[in-house]
Amino acid sequence: MNALDNARELMRPDRVWPFLVPPAPPIDVSKQVLLYVEGLSVSFDGFKALNDLNLYINDGELRCLIGANGAGKTTLMDVITGKTQCDQGSVYFGQTLNLLERSEPEIAQLGIGRKFQKPTVFEAHTVLDNLEMSLKTAKGIWQTLMARLSPGEMDRIDHVLGIIGLKAQRFRLAGALSHGQKQWLEIGMLLVAEPRLLLIDEPVAGMTAEETERTAELLTSLAGEHTVVVVEHDMEFVRSIARTVTVLHQGSVLAEGTMEQVQNNRDVIEVYLGEDA
Amino acid sequence: MNWLTQLFAAGRTPGNRVLPFVTVLFAVTALASMANLLLPETSPLHVSTYTITLLGKYLSYAMLALAVDVIWGYCGILSLGHGAFFALGGYAMGMYLMRQIGDRSVYGNPDLPDFMVFLNWDSLPWYWLGMDQFWFAMLMVLLVPGVLAFVFGWLAFRSRVTGVYLSIMTQALTYALMLAFFRNEMGFGGNNGLTDFKEILGFDLQSDATRVALFAITALLLGLIYVVSHLILKSRMGKVIVAIRDGESRTRFLGYRTDRYKVWLFVYSALIAAIAGAMYVPQVGIINPGEFSPLNSIEVVVWVAVGGRGTLYGAVIGVLLVNYAKTRFTAIMPEGWLFALGLLFVLVTLYLPKGLAGLWGQLTAGRQRKADTALPQEAHP
Amino acid sequence: MKHLLAMLGCWLGLLLVTPVVQAANTPLPPTLEPLLEALVDAKLSQAAPVLTRLEAEGGEAILPLFRTMLAGDLYYIKASKRVIAVTEMAGEETQLDLLSGAPIDRLSKREISKIRVNNSLRGQLRDAISRLQLGSVSASVREAAVRALLSDLAPGTLDAIRVARLNEGSADVREVMDMALALNRLNTATEAADRIEAIAQLEGSLEGPVRNALNRIADSDPVPQVQQAAQKALVGIEQRVEFYAFIDQLFFGLSLGSVLLLAAIGLAITFGVMGVINMAHGEMIMLGAYTTYVVQLLMPNHIDYSLWVAIPMAFIVAGLAGVLLERLVIRHLHGRPLETLLATFGVSLVLQQLVRTVFSPLNRQVASPEWMSGSWEINPVLSLTLNRLYILAFALLVFFALMLLLKKSSLGLNVRAVSQNRDMARSMGIRTGWVDAMTFGLGSGIAGIAGVALSQLTNVGPNLGQAYIIDSFMVVVFGGVGNLWGTLVAAFSLGIANKFLEPVTGAVLASILVLVFIILFIQKRPKGLFPQKGRAAE
Repeated sequence: MNALDNARELMRPDRVWPFLVPPAPPIDVSKQVLLYVEGLSVSFDGFKALNDLNLYINDGELRCLIGANGAGKTTLMDVITGKTQCDQGSVYFGQTLNLLERSEPEIAQLGIGRKFQKPTVFEAHTVLDNLEMSLKTAKGIWQTLMARLSPGEMDRIDHVLGIIGLKAQRFRLAGALSHGQKQWLEIGMLLVAEPRLLLIDEPVAGMTAEETERTAELLTSLAGEHTVVVVEHDMEFVRSIARTVTVLHQGSVLAEGTMEQVQNNRDVIEVYLGEDA
Repeated sequence: MNWLTQLFAAGRTPGNRVLPFVTVLFAVTALASMANLLLPETSPLHVSTYTITLLGKYLSYAMLALAVDVIWGYCGILSLGHGAFFALGGYAMGMYLMRQIGDRSVYGNPDLPDFMVFLNWDSLPWYWLGMDQFWFAMLMVLLVPGVLAFVFGWLAFRSRVTGVYLSIMTQALTYALMLAFFRNEMGFGGNNGLTDFKEILGFDLQSDATRVALFAITALLLGLIYVVSHLILKSRMGKVIVAIRDGESRTRFLGYRTDRYKVWLFVYSALIAAIAGAMYVPQVGIINPGEFSPLNSIEVVVWVAVGGRGTLYGAVIGVLLVNYAKTRFTAIMPEGWLFALGLLFVLVTLYLPKGLAGLWGQLTAGRQRKADTALPQEAHP
Repeated sequence: MKHLLAMLGCWLGLLLVTPVVQAANTPLPPTLEPLLEALVDAKLSQAAPVLTRLEAEGGEAILPLFRTMLAGDLYYIKASKRVIAVTEMAGEETQLDLLSGAPIDRLSKREISKIRVNNSLRGQLRDAISRLQLGSVSASVREAAVRALLSDLAPGTLDAIRVARLNEGSADVREVMDMALALNRLNTATEAADRIEAIAQLEGSLEGPVRNALNRIADSDPVPQVQQAAQKALVGIEQRVEFYAFIDQLFFGLSLGSVLLLAAIGLAITFGVMGVINMAHGEMIMLGAYTTYVVQLLMPNHIDYSLWVAIPMAFIVAGLAGVLLERLVIRHLHGRPLETLLATFGVSLVLQQLVRTVFSPLNRQVASPEWMSGSWEINPVLSLTLNRLYILAFALLVFFALMLLLKKSSLGLNVRAVSQNRDMARSMGIRTGWVDAMTFGLGSGIAGIAGVALSQLTNVGPNLGQAYIIDSFMVVVFGGVGNLWGTLVAAFSLGIANKFLEPVTGAVLASILVLVFIILFIQKRPKGLFPQKGRAAE
């Protein structure tokens, strides 16, 4: 009986034998910096979306990126997550991991999660399925084919469902959720993945004031354990969460500092209010 | 036991109705077989061997439709070239049957099929070697289409060819194969293909018992493939596949290598098509390059579209309906069939985007929760 | 061009031996009557001297009779022994009295009898015709006559050439005559130096008889120096022949490319600019081809002009079909490319079957107008068929007209606006529905025009369109969707690649290889040769 139990334990479908798991590359943050972006340039048809951009994100930090439309915020995220190829520059995750030579899934598996501008959840799946797919597990074909939810994973999903307030909707199709709920679901999908770095594009667009407040709370609570980069237009929201703000302008960094410093920065005033100010 | 309970439970969820499907399939197969073998021909309930063969043909088509449904309905890959895998499987089976003819052919050459004697060849080409062994031929039925699907899929999906481009490329693939197989020098019988088969594994292909056995095996395989496909699609992998259909780049950002998923699903689907082709050939008695024609492949898509993509039983229903209509139509007014088929394409895409299964779903579940049946439209390429 | 056409006419006269009707209307001098009777009475073996006398006494006037005889159309009336020409034109038999040049009432087969010819008589007739043409007023006819005589330089012929050479005004004709004389010298001269000189004169000539003679000399001349000289000359000639063979292949490649361009250019608009997959595009081509056929049925006596009617008609017919298709089907499937593909495929099936029901499933032949048939003989090893040449020019014309339309007209502006941002265009007051329909009509109409061109190259049948649809898609995808220049480059490069592969691999394998190449190419560059860049393309 004991042998059978052992065998069963050994063959548990939700576990992968340790020797089959590829060793996760260690993220070296000995210099306290999680993300290095240096000299990054991207151009579309002659238009320079990013122009020699330098950005350093510290481990555990909550950073806000602001800037006018076309300043390059979304393009920057595209490059970090592997969606867009850059022309020049380097992007390192920790000291050692070069993100530019990795594909989107590889980057995601390193622990970089992304939330899109438009909420993109899988509408034909239930809320539960959406979260299940986002879990931090082995993502190979054989493993997913054989995967069962383990009790630990169920707890994790339950916990996240509680955070995003969708416990009652867990069996509803994601397509049937309201816009705000979809936003939350997407944040939830990020959370279950337990990412090291979260890139969040306009999280509060289309949310009510109350929801916005809750989002702000959530994001602040995430910082520390996770590193969070938020792109947002809503200045009130930025002021309520931000410790450090980076202003992008025409593809490069215009100013960096606390909200206060940035607001009093001459360059920023010049760019945003015109030269007369 | 776990998987069994899951299977039964899954049978109750609206989706694939595994249990009812398998029950009906096997019951019909058993009844039809018995009605053919046991009842005398004079009995009004006797099922003629012609009907048995026709049913066997429909069931092979049903497998082919499942193959297309799995990748189109669930993964959003519209293949207009699945006939190629079907025909390749069929050719591999045909080659075996051809070698079984032996010296009973017209020219009586025990080593060479008739068309090779006719072309004045003096020995078998290398790719015909071993095809007289059943096990080897069956291996080839799976291996050749599988490898082709893998190479094609690997090339296409890795470089992110999607949507309409992919559809047209699959069509070009089957078109190129058709041109190639029409050539006599290819050594597959050219225009005429492979035919005049005598026996399979020593059983006479013309006898009623063999016919019924082939039909029953086809039904069994169809049932098996149905269950396996269902299990795959119910697993987390199935969820990822549907996620790829609805938002491939989003799925990539979740950490799934979508190209690999698509390649393996494509290979799986090609294998189903190949098995379908291999079951089709001994029952119909001929395989020729016409099976590669793009029209054939696209007809399969219509079956699936009519029945309802994204549901496995829908694909099978579509096959039965459209093919029954085709059989009737071509008997009454042959030239009307293409009109009917063409209009079917237009009307189904315009008015029944989810097919008959979707219509059924709308009628029954519409009052409860409309959202449940919502099948999102494909993402823009 | 005039020169070219005239030359053509004469070549037709020599080679195809058809223009009996046009020439026979001039009466023969009555003095020839006894000779003609002698011709009727003569047995095969006795006919040669009669023909020689006819040639000597009849001069150029006897040409129609010789041609008729060479074609085996020369008969005589049993009762009166008068010679007549019996020819079939468009299924109808005409009989002409050659002496008076007037048509006569049809006589039955039993009342007339054929004047037989054998091979040696045919040779004599051919030479006689050429010799007679040496005196023609047209320089190109004279030149062609000398060329035709090269293969059989009998002493009498040579004398005729020498005499004609003295009074020849055209330098071109003199050159050919010199070549003939040099060839004769090569064949007959006893001195090795003379033969070497003759070889030097013949260097670079592409005429078949000259190459044959040089080959013979290179193999079997008793003097080694002469052999070497001949070999050297042959090497030079071979190089030129290869060069022209290359040009010939290139031309065929360009021709195939032009067909592909015509077929794909409409698709480049509907697929490339509008993003609509129209699988019925091939059937629009087919509709155009059948329109040509119908137009010819309606005006059987004006085949030469029928194309000028057919082109606008085909544009209108296919264009209307396209507008209908867009309004009835495609409009409802906006943004669902795969469904559009399926629905339009259904439409293509219906159209094919419609044509089968209306016109029969058999292929129909569309006649080519006179001015499009024949070929342009540049030299003995290179001749370009006129219909392909015209279609090449036509394809380019259509292409540039379309470019101009899209770049300069307000429709073009609207089309580009809608294709780039539909919602924005609508809010700017552009009627997007109308623009869609017009664009689709334009693309389909051009496909119809392509059908007119194709009907000049192949038979017209219900499957005509299917043969081109996959190739057209390949062209558009290869060139880069939404880029008309890409389509142009892709069409010609695929056409040329196909034709250069063909001699190596055979036609079927060549098209397979090209398909495989494109499949691999798309892997490497999914957006084609000339991709659209930028965020909009993502």
